[in-house]
Amino acid sequence: MSSDTLAQTPATAKTPEPADAPRIVPRRRFGQWAAAVAVLVLLGFAVNSVLSNKAFQWDVVAEYFTSDAILRGLWLTLWLTAVVMTLGFALGTLLAAFRLSANPVLRAVAWGYVWLFRSIPILVQLLLWFNIGALYPQVFGVKTVNLLSPVAVAIVGLTLHEAAYAAEVVRGGILSVDRGQIEAAQALGLSPGRRWWRIVLPQAMRSIVPPAANMLIGTLKGTSIVSIIAVNDLLFSAQLVYHRTYQVIPLLMVATLWYAVVTSLLGIGQYYVEKRYARGTERTR
Amino acid sequence: MSVMVDIRSVYKSFGSLDVLKGIDLKVRTGEVTVVLGPSGSGKSTLLRTINHLEKVDRGEISVDGALMGYRRSGNKLHELPEREVLRQRTRIGFVFQNFNLFPHLTVLENVTEAPVSALKRPRKAAEETAHRLLERVGLADKAGAYPRQLSGGQQQRVAIARALALEPRLLLFDEPTSALDPELVGEVLDVIRDLAAQGTTMIVVTHEIAFAREVADTVVFMADGRIVEQGTPEQVLGAPREERTRTFLAKVL
Repeated sequence: MSSDTLAQTPATAKTPEPADAPRIVPRRRFGQWAAAVAVLVLLGFAVNSVLSNKAFQWDVVAEYFTSDAILRGLWLTLWLTAVVMTLGFALGTLLAAFRLSANPVLRAVAWGYVWLFRSIPILVQLLLWFNIGALYPQVFGVKTVNLLSPVAVAIVGLTLHEAAYAAEVVRGGILSVDRGQIEAAQALGLSPGRRWWRIVLPQAMRSIVPPAANMLIGTLKGTSIVSIIAVNDLLFSAQLVYHRTYQVIPLLMVATLWYAVVTSLLGIGQYYVEKRYARGTERTR
Repeated sequence: MSVMVDIRSVYKSFGSLDVLKGIDLKVRTGEVTVVLGPSGSGKSTLLRTINHLEKVDRGEISVDGALMGYRRSGNKLHELPEREVLRQRTRIGFVFQNFNLFPHLTVLENVTEAPVSALKRPRKAAEETAHRLLERVGLADKAGAYPRQLSGGQQQRVAIARALALEPRLLLFDEPTSALDPELVGEVLDVIRDLAAQGTTMIVVTHEIAFAREVADTVVFMADGRIVEQGTPEQVLGAPREERTRTFLAKVL
């Protein structure tokens, strides 16, 4: 066969084998089969125990799953998550820019912020903001108690907390972009804003999206912590019902299932966002 | 012939490492200057100071009569605001060793980015120019491809088209073939040779001695942050006066 015809052979066509070539027999993997069977049996027991245990009261779960009180709580959880993530990442991106700036004062401030807000447990922080009136009874002549409703406390506390983590996620993303990209953009005369929005950020997004999606899902469930300051989120709404009806387990199941549903939807969204930012990274040959 | 690049006693150090120790160099309009020298001789740094990617510690550099990166006021050089530096850079094309194409943008978007965003050209006109330039570097059919779908030689040719899209007065090449597989070097050198034939003013840092001999009007040999000798290819490559140059050429030829 000449090299010309070889080059024209489509990549999918198999090279014909000589007839007397020995056949290759893969190793048998008995251990893997045994492990799979054992795991499936255990899983079966677990699922069966959940479905057959009357104490879960699946009929009650179904009854409350789409009740008004629960849906109102779900709605609050959803928008609180959206607001906290948006504000948290806006502040976090600013902090990341500070952290990477040439200005040592900005760098130190950003470092200090991240250190401080990663050090305070979110529960403690919420309680501090909730009781801020004890520290600062008045701000600009307004009573702080009137200024910060429980929902506002939740937004402020969670945002400041998220921003510290978002700053590190964004910083990591920016650092993952090759230095040569910025130099090329500078050499072409692109303005700082254009360099950031058009060149650095889209490339940084590839490393930012997976941990950001992690944070988003974490925040969605993390907002349940605001139930301790009586904010009417999904968990607190479920608690209000079971304080009245004593059907504790089924209502906790209602909340759990909703968290799982939303988490799954976010996971699907993450897949498409990642695909969007993977443009130009696939090798086609 | 007028002078396109005028480098006057330029010094530069990184920490305690002196990279450029007093460089004087004139490049005339329409000429090709090839800079040779061992690794660490400061040739890439010199190239980067010309478009102010690297700031000098002392000395001054003029391109096309304009002081790069600074404004003279009495006996002082004030650093220009970034906006001004960026505007100056649009008149200088820079081609990197590692191409530095934007991987998330198509070939066409890579080439039109600077004309559209830095020079405020209408997108339509920029795209027409881009298609013309891609044809010139032999990649007319790759406009919609992403950089990673191209070979190294093709990527470098796109990078050259991207630099040309600004219609620069001067082209700087920083080891344009050093990152390429040997069989791809030729196609990139062909494009550079073609530009040279059309009278583009260029400074090329390279290790390709044969290319220097063929294309250069002036060959500059650098070692240890200084220009050891310069002259026509015949002089510097054929009959080097300095021992340092002879040692280097004996190793690479």
